[in-house]
Amino acid sequence: MTIPTPTLSRRDFLAATAAGVSACACQGVPREVAPLDIPNETRMDAPLFFSADERRFIVAACSRLIPKDELGPGAVEAGVPDFIDRQLAGPYGQARTWYMHGPWEKGTAEQGYQLKSTPAELYRLAIRDIDDYCRKKYRNAFAQINPQDQDEVLGALEKKDGIDLPNVPGNAFFTMLLQNTTEGFLSDPMYGGNRDFAGWKLIGFPGPRYNYVEQIEQYGTPYTLPPVGLLGRRGTGVTKA
Amino acid sequence: MATKLPAVDAVLVGFGWTGAIIAQELTEAGLNVLALERGSFRDTIPDFSPTHIQDELRYAVRKATFEEPERQTLTFRNSTNETALPMRQLGSFLPGVGVGGAGVHWNGQNWRYLPTDFRIRSHTQERYGKQFLPDDMTVQDWPLSYADLEPHYDTWEYLCGISGKAGNLGGAIQPGGNPFEGPRQREFPNPPLARSAASMKFDEAARSIGLHPFPCPAANTSRPYKNPLGVQMGQCTYCGFCEWFGCGNYSKASPQSTILPVLLRKDSFQCKAGANVTRVNLDSTGKRATGVTYVDAQGREFEQPADLVVLCAYSLHNVHLMLLSGIGTPYDAATGRGVVGKNYAYQATANVDVFFDEIVNPFMGAGALGQVVDDFNGDNFDHGPHGFIGGAYISMWSTGGRPILQHYLPEGTPAWGAQWKSAMHENYLRSPSMQVHGSVMSYRGNCLDLDPTYRDVYGNPLLRLTFDFHPNELDMMKFTTDRAVDIAKAVKGARGYRKRERKGHYGIVEYQTTHNTGGAILGDSPGNSAVNPYLQSWDVSNVFVMGASAYPQNAGYNPTGTVGALTYWAADAIRSR
Ligand SMILES: Cc1cc2nc3c(=O)[nH]c(=O)nc-3n(C[C@H](O)[C@H](O)[C@H](O)COP(=O)(O)OP(=O)(O)OC[C@H]3O[C@@H](n4cnc5c(N)ncnc54)[C@H](O)[C@@H]3O)c2cc1C
Ligand code: SF4
Repeated sequence: MTIPTPTLSRRDFLAATAAGVSACACQGVPREVAPLDIPNETRMDAPLFFSADERRFIVAACSRLIPKDELGPGAVEAGVPDFIDRQLAGPYGQARTWYMHGPWEKGTAEQGYQLKSTPAELYRLAIRDIDDYCRKKYRNAFAQINPQDQDEVLGALEKKDGIDLPNVPGNAFFTMLLQNTTEGFLSDPMYGGNRDFAGWKLIGFPGPRYNYVEQIEQYGTPYTLPPVGLLGRRGTGVTKA
Repeated sequence: MATKLPAVDAVLVGFGWTGAIIAQELTEAGLNVLALERGSFRDTIPDFSPTHIQDELRYAVRKATFEEPERQTLTFRNSTNETALPMRQLGSFLPGVGVGGAGVHWNGQNWRYLPTDFRIRSHTQERYGKQFLPDDMTVQDWPLSYADLEPHYDTWEYLCGISGKAGNLGGAIQPGGNPFEGPRQREFPNPPLARSAASMKFDEAARSIGLHPFPCPAANTSRPYKNPLGVQMGQCTYCGFCEWFGCGNYSKASPQSTILPVLLRKDSFQCKAGANVTRVNLDSTGKRATGVTYVDAQGREFEQPADLVVLCAYSLHNVHLMLLSGIGTPYDAATGRGVVGKNYAYQATANVDVFFDEIVNPFMGAGALGQVVDDFNGDNFDHGPHGFIGGAYISMWSTGGRPILQHYLPEGTPAWGAQWKSAMHENYLRSPSMQVHGSVMSYRGNCLDLDPTYRDVYGNPLLRLTFDFHPNELDMMKFTTDRAVDIAKAVKGARGYRKRERKGHYGIVEYQTTHNTGGAILGDSPGNSAVNPYLQSWDVSNVFVMGASAYPQNAGYNPTGTVGALTYWAADAIRSR
């Protein structure tokens, strides 16, 4: 599967930013380029965390979790694999803010996540286990089996004790994968997903527009301005290829 | 070895809502005040600027402004016969960190308690008989009344510029307000916020079945407002990135938007950020505090002497510090003896999502924009036939439509795949959610103490939370959630609703509310409480403990209106001491 790569020049980027400023000025709020956690000049598909095999798994899984169809782009077209890759390479993937000291016990569902794995570790272990499982059952890695079988595997992982993986609880991984996929589809495009506002256009969210004083009491009236992100109108995290 | 610093008159531990009020009041009384805040300094600009604050992933999902469990968390179990395990990620509640505390990222749903909430034990026994309360329910009357707090509620509401409509002015019921509320001395400082599409539909439906809807009193300003300290607030723009975010528009009442512009100019006030207090130090008698010990961002330890120590660290952390410092007798659930950690309570919530035919543009909203009925809260209805006490308000919120966490889908929708995608497409613009926001009584087994195993980044034992919902709360929620369903059924132009009930054990994973109460409760004697009616420790007389840790049980309302009032009440007592 190929993933469309945003190739914007520096000049395009500046133009996009300027469009953002004027778009928002009409809302009465000057909008500048936001201070970012990520550098502006960066390719969103740069492999920061996943190996080639892992990336194939993620692309295949994303394309089933949020498929491309007549309603529009799916998770893959929206850049969600790039989003997840960057998230896992960063503080979230390392569980930077989580309490990660033992002793470790299984606990109850009410006590929440008690695994020793960070999100990055959980992905790595789970992808290997799931690919092994698929090779045994379907003679191929997850990315190579047909979409119906992929759905069957995902559906089984979704159930609490659906698939018994050797190294991680399959269900904990599935919950995290689905959560991250939804995040990537619906978060600001500057994080690499929701490319061209695919997720926001699907549902009708106009982005962080800031001021609805004029509109809030116009009941039943669609809001017609196109989506903006924190970086303006251009729906990509940016830039130079 | 701790470095000893020059003494101050009063040291405040934590600089959120209660810290800001106490600092303002004590400096007005001529004291030298130092606030120690574990988080960083923050102000509206640049920290909450709309150029970056409207980022759902960063703030609401990754929780950039909240306490980091890595540094400090608690352990949790449902009952004393389980082993408590650490809350490794934030979930059920989100303690704030940094100047302004949770006052920065609260919704601003601003309530007064009902007059009967203050005398729940005696009122219940008078109306329903002595047998009505379960044996293990440890609810207590407050040692003060609604009338005692009324002037302080008023001060707080004018400080914040609350937008609302009075329902009871000096005993006279007012159309358009909450007819069940206690008498107030005057109107709200600002008129209600604009009504959203969802508010209008809820209002009509509730009225049609004989209920009494009104706009939730909101700490989001409906128009430009200058508060009594002379601080100017701007009109709320209904940006919909309110709770879990700071307001870049000076419209949500927070310490930054109501008090700090005045307080920070005073020579008698100083705030140190990045200062995490680890102990209140006591003298050799254990009856007087000599000051506090804190650790700065570099890990250096300091001793800060002070005549007066005021804990303003949020309910959970107040109790943690008291237990670590040996202030008061720790509560023991096995014997029911001791007071510090006793009567922890929380909030019980449920939801009913409504699916309209017409779009309601959920992304236009404010943290406290919503229409509410109070008919089933507190003792506003006859509990005799039901056998439980307490109640809930039912609200239709328009707090925002952030796509990741604020989308509602009909029952039976798959969580992924093409059907999920088309349900998102169909429903996002058409589905607001009603909330049932209920009281939680206190029980012998629901409590806070120190964990025997797990430690925080400073090497101190974590706080241990033991809590579960009891039949009284689950029965009450079942009843009130069914009343919300009645409203959903009466709504015009809706395709259906989805009831998301409160059932089973309390869990730490799903976000519910940051309304943790109790643990350092107020009362009329040292035998039944940790602090006196003025929030002064019974055991260490120069230590005061602010916040909802003082609540003997939790009512069906968000706590902060009463936290604000109680802080002014206590400040009055400290000032006139
Ligand atoms: C998302 C969210 C929404 C909310 N919405 C509402 C609402 O709509 N209505 C309502 O009534 N309430 C609401 N609340 C609750 C409200 O925010 C709190 O009740 C209020 O802020 C409590 O004030 P406080 O001063 O006790 O604590 P805070 O305002 O949280 O301040 C405590 C401060 O103490 C600091 N601190 C803690 N420990 C230490 C230490 N050891 N050393 C130094 N500093 C320390 C913390 O960092 C923090 O800054 C909400 C809370 C959250 C998180
Ligand atoms: S909704 Fe209003 S009060 Fe809330 S953050 Fe936006 S402008 Fe501020």
